[in-house]
Amino acid sequence: MSLTNTTIIAAGLTLLGGAAIAQTPVLTVYTYDSFASDWGPGPAVELAFEEICACDLQFTATGDGAALLSRLRLEGARSEADVVLGLDTNLTTAAVEAGLMAEHGLTAEGLTLPVDWNDPHFLPFDWGYFAFVHRADMEDVPGNFEELAASDASIVIQDPRSSTPGLGLLLWVQNAYGDEAATVWEGLADNVVTVTPGWSEAYGLFLDGEADMVLSYTTSPAYHLIAEEDDSYATASFSEGHYMQIEVGGVLHTADNPELAQQFLDFMVSPAFQAIIPETNWMYPAALSADELPAGFDTLTQPEEALIYPAEEAAAIRDAALDTWQNALSQ
Amino acid sequence: MAKRAQPVTPVQMTGWIMILLVVLAIFGPLGAVLYRAEGFSDLRPADWAAVRFTLLQAALSAALSCLVAIPVARALARRRFRGRGAYISLMGAPFILPVIVAVMGLLAIFGRAGWLNTALEGIGAGQIEIYGLAGVVLAHVFLNLPLATRLILQAWLAVPSERIRLAHSLNFTARDMRRHFVWPLLRAALPGAAMVIFLICTTSFAVALILGGGPSATTIELAIYQAFRFDFDLGRAALLGVIQVAICVGAGLVAWRFATAAEFGGGLDRPAMAWPGDSKGARFADRAALILAGAFLLLPLAAVTGEGIGAVAGLPLSTWEAALRSILLALASTALAVSLALPIALLIAGKSGRAGLEAVGLLSIAVSPLVIGTGLFLIVFPVVNPVALSLPITGLVNALVALPFLLRALVPAARQAEATQGRLADALGMQGFARSRHAILPRLRRPLGFGAGLAAAFSMGDLGVIALFSAQGQETLPLEMYRLFGSYRTNDAQGAAVLLMALSLGMFWLFDRGGRVNAAT
Repeated sequence: MSLTNTTIIAAGLTLLGGAAIAQTPVLTVYTYDSFASDWGPGPAVELAFEEICACDLQFTATGDGAALLSRLRLEGARSEADVVLGLDTNLTTAAVEAGLMAEHGLTAEGLTLPVDWNDPHFLPFDWGYFAFVHRADMEDVPGNFEELAASDASIVIQDPRSSTPGLGLLLWVQNAYGDEAATVWEGLADNVVTVTPGWSEAYGLFLDGEADMVLSYTTSPAYHLIAEEDDSYATASFSEGHYMQIEVGGVLHTADNPELAQQFLDFMVSPAFQAIIPETNWMYPAALSADELPAGFDTLTQPEEALIYPAEEAAAIRDAALDTWQNALSQ
Repeated sequence: MAKRAQPVTPVQMTGWIMILLVVLAIFGPLGAVLYRAEGFSDLRPADWAAVRFTLLQAALSAALSCLVAIPVARALARRRFRGRGAYISLMGAPFILPVIVAVMGLLAIFGRAGWLNTALEGIGAGQIEIYGLAGVVLAHVFLNLPLATRLILQAWLAVPSERIRLAHSLNFTARDMRRHFVWPLLRAALPGAAMVIFLICTTSFAVALILGGGPSATTIELAIYQAFRFDFDLGRAALLGVIQVAICVGAGLVAWRFATAAEFGGGLDRPAMAWPGDSKGARFADRAALILAGAFLLLPLAAVTGEGIGAVAGLPLSTWEAALRSILLALASTALAVSLALPIALLIAGKSGRAGLEAVGLLSIAVSPLVIGTGLFLIVFPVVNPVALSLPITGLVNALVALPFLLRALVPAARQAEATQGRLADALGMQGFARSRHAILPRLRRPLGFGAGLAAAFSMGDLGVIALFSAQGQETLPLEMYRLFGSYRTNDAQGAAVLLMALSLGMFWLFDRGGRVNAAT
């Protein structure tokens, strides 16, 4: 009898266990629009992670990186997000100060960023250098901001109040020139054709021939080269060095299943994820050596110096840099 | 007419309920943002500069749009030519285009590498520069001239042909016509049209920034954007939202002060006819107005079409799905907009002295979509996942945005129907829905079709709040287009823009046509 009972109980437990497994855990990842779109890394990342996690990975897309942070702050403690993917280092301090982030507890190995990484809340997944893209047949390509200001080359830039590349350019000039940033901006004022709300508008204007150069990334020509087989775009190499944008992911305090979220973060810096980045997000992967990059990436401008502010410093100087920019360009 | 207490009819009741709903849908979200922010924050000096620039560019844009629209509307009212219907529908397209598409079209003509500058260079003349305040105003005139023209044209066509016949028999000169017809109808139509366009321009953001040329072209909407996105200062965003509403109320008061109803009396709804005082000069002026306005509005559209038409056939499946979603959304949003607008228009027209009510409908145009979207998010978030409601919320906001246009078109027509048919209906003892159905509604068909067409097209082209709530598999066509642009797929994005333009125009044409069945115009 007792044997039978044990068998029945065991069978019952197996069934319960089966039911629990059938209820696949859901991992909700908040990210920006172009990451989750059909042409971004999202679909491939979802496939690759679901193969190893026995979970259902769901993306929620919200505009750009800044919109992502606003959305998380709006939702606060009631957010369904487990992981945030796609803030850059200019936004991370605000996310931590808002009490949104949990520490990831991981030591990322094999990072290939040109700078050191030791942020307890975030791990990087890709990065890029801001740069001015121009047509390959442009004559007298300026070699730094002063040459650009002195030239009559026309540029389109993004507004730092509504876009992350615009903010990046602001910090680039600030980092390279410090107290003289205002003078540089005053010199650039007559080169700026216009300022757009976001990257898409600026890049579109440039492609339509409205300006000689546009603020984008050193990796932009890789898209034209690889996806369109068009080698007529290049980026100007600036002697001050190029400011970096590092895009990061982190686990949120609101994560229902912190282990699963941590597993995703681990996956984020693994080769399976990293290999997807170059030809979908058109940025450098954060943990993949240069010889593993697709053909075509070797043709890109390699800056001599990588400029970046630590996250707290970027947050601290933003408002003053914005005033400088506004004053110089409003005249 | 004797004034006495009358029972509230079901028609009026519905009108009041709809007004209440609109007020709730506008002030609820604003209040929610404010509640969450725990009060207003201080404004920065830059915010005041934004307010000043917003007012300046909106006033210039509204004035110029209306001025340019007068000769165009007059030509369309006086002339009959083949393709007139198509001309009217086609020239409406800019108004419903997503901003980025409209700007690209304008730049193809007026930009540094555009046709005009290429031509000027060809004859050795200097370059024209589109960036700056002039560029902003140019773009706003491009976007709003069609609306101004249609609103003024509505007023022109509302003159009964019996009156024109009378003028003919009295041997009216062109000068008499101006005094007795044109001036009164313009006085009735212009303030409202100018106000609507002024309000549209106050919430402008991308146009003003791209063509404004830099930080001096900051609008209130951009300040809200910055407060919300980068500073997460909800208190400042809400305060700027309130300032926008205040501007709207101010503009409403000004327009209301200057508007006087045109009294042309009743007619038998006969087809329109040629006006007296026609001359060679008048014919020439009309032709010139039509050709110039047509070129100004259609060339940029042609440029956009030329760039994107080749990519339409090869668009990815997701773009077609997004297109279908947008069509359904536009239909739902139009149905909602009409159900809100019709009772309100009937209520406003029903009795004198309720002009103030129209401001309620106008409010929705001046409230920042970002503030409404954020507020709605805050309201629904504790109850349901906003992502699940992203399409309904987008539909609701689109309906609110379309409401003022519907009211602008419906109210004067309803008022006139009341004035001309109301007394007869009263004498026959017709009340409530029967009265509306037989005496009033048949006279609203044309503006209703026009307004519904605008609402549908507007909803098709709107990016608005969907970007705030979007989830995988819920993209609308404009959002899809932006994502294509953002993924470097410029060709596909241009193809999507052409598809969007075609669908918006198609929707507008269908509704507008529906409203004009049996009419000789």
